[in-house]
Amino acid sequence: MTSTITPDTSATAVISVEEQQFNDLIEADSRIEPRDWMPEGYRKSLVRQISQHAHSEIIGMQPESNWITRAPSLKRKAILIAKVQDEAGHGLYLYSAAQTLGATRDDMTDALIAGKARYSSIFNYPTPSWADMGSIGWLVDGAAICNQVPLCRASYGPYGRAMVRICKEESFHQRQGFEILLELMAGTEEQRQMAQDSVNRWYWPALMMFGPPDDDSPNSAQSMAWKIKRHSNDELRQRFVNMLVPQAAVLGVTLPDPDLHFNEETQQWDLGEIDWTEFHEVLAGRGPNNAQRLQRRRDAHEDGQWVREAAAAYARKQSERSEKAAS
Amino acid sequence: MSEHIEADAPAQTPEDIHGHVAVDVTTLDAELIEGASVATADVAEYALWLGDDALVLAQQLGAWISRAPELEEDVALGNVALDLIGHARSLLHYAGTASNRTEDDLAYWRTEPDFRSLHIVEQPNGDFAHTIARQFIVAHYLFELYSRLRASADATLAAIAAKAVKEVDYHRDHSTQWVLRLAQGTDESRRRMITAFSDLWPYVEEIFRDDPLIDRLEGIAVRPSSLLPAFDAAIAPVLAEAELDIPSGFVASGGGRTGKHSEHLAFLLAEMQVLTRAHPGASW
Repeated sequence: MTSTITPDTSATAVISVEEQQFNDLIEADSRIEPRDWMPEGYRKSLVRQISQHAHSEIIGMQPESNWITRAPSLKRKAILIAKVQDEAGHGLYLYSAAQTLGATRDDMTDALIAGKARYSSIFNYPTPSWADMGSIGWLVDGAAICNQVPLCRASYGPYGRAMVRICKEESFHQRQGFEILLELMAGTEEQRQMAQDSVNRWYWPALMMFGPPDDDSPNSAQSMAWKIKRHSNDELRQRFVNMLVPQAAVLGVTLPDPDLHFNEETQQWDLGEIDWTEFHEVLAGRGPNNAQRLQRRRDAHEDGQWVREAAAAYARKQSERSEKAAS
Repeated sequence: MSEHIEADAPAQTPEDIHGHVAVDVTTLDAELIEGASVATADVAEYALWLGDDALVLAQQLGAWISRAPELEEDVALGNVALDLIGHARSLLHYAGTASNRTEDDLAYWRTEPDFRSLHIVEQPNGDFAHTIARQFIVAHYLFELYSRLRASADATLAAIAAKAVKEVDYHRDHSTQWVLRLAQGTDESRRRMITAFSDLWPYVEEIFRDDPLIDRLEGIAVRPSSLLPAFDAAIAPVLAEAELDIPSGFVASGGGRTGKHSEHLAFLLAEMQVLTRAHPGASW
């Protein structure tokens, strides 16, 4: 697919005025707004990325909502509800951003529950223990932040602005997750084991959230040329690990990578080999919870059908009534 | 205050415009907790009544999150659950001051007979119409209750009520809007709304039942029976607009305030308490 990797700017010798304006805006690091002309590939790429991100927020509610009814203190219960609620809010802003590009929420929802849309594979892993609420915050939200902070500068205005708000909330979530683990690590032997076991299960999947290695990432180059994406997968993954190592030391947990070591030359933490077969398995639908996650979303959608129909029918009747009253 | 806080006490101050929550005057739960004095045994019992209602209802609503009919409702029901957890924490903390127990001791380490929740909040989520009917009934009751409890001679209860009333006002509005939509939406939604009200109405009577405890808490507690006229007056226009009749039929014998609970509570507590009880003495 080398042809699509070449940015549009250099692909054709003669380009339209609109396209030139678009290219100038990108070049100047300005924002593209919904009213602006944009290449079809740019629009499609954004709809794909934003809707996948929205779906990830929505599916991502499930592994955590799993523990709302069993949270071990009222304070933790309140924090967890607020967090899962934030995720629903993020899903809503992101769907709205995708809608500014002509996508409809119904189409995006249908694609998700039909299993045709992608979402972050990380949410196909289960949350068997309370400590997973800590690991999801610390590792999964932590990885998400590294991915997402650069997106606050994404060239598409509505996406970049949505990401500013999302990142603020995510960074709060990450601290909450860290604090859950910190409390567990300061607790009983059983609690410490619970925390370590959970970190063992989430560490590698969190590193895989940055996507395949740069030499195996088909969409990255074009996204970087269009300034939708600003750093490569491997760059961001490295940044994340550099951040985790000192935090793991504070927690007193061991990162489950025996080959992890500090490289004096690069001043970075070199990681061991990532098992990409697992990533591809989960991506291909053979993860622990893929079917369950989609089923829950579909059930919620289908069980809610009569409610949404009622709301639409009521709104219609109300507007007919007010039209009648006005005439 | 030598009199009971009766139903004819001023219900609303001008800033309580229906459906609007003034964020700037919201006190944090932690501030209320810090400011709490030590409750007497009777006041603690009363705080348990209200705290357990809020806790059990919050627990039920929390189970909707990620399962709601639309994302906006995941957010809205989550908001209501969060508000109620806040009320529960303040009230249970205050109740605990009488016996040197924490909010979590009370939430996680009491068994069913020691809970004081009303049967209405123990009724399961059911379909969305059942959840809305339960919310509609309870939010209207709580709004009238907290409106009057703001004038309690007990400063801590008054402070908790002053915060809670603004929040339950939103809960009242949220459930009212849904009652109208469901009752007047489609044939199916109307059928479900009618069924839900008829399933839940048997538990309304218990809400307004008086108890000897209330006689001992003159000026401090709100007499439940005194709230009934205001409750009836508040729901009547909504039900009229929705073209719904108040169901007649069963009246459940209730008994939540004395520890006689529905069959549902034990399951709810088993789930809520499972992790905490597996690790006695642990902190989280």
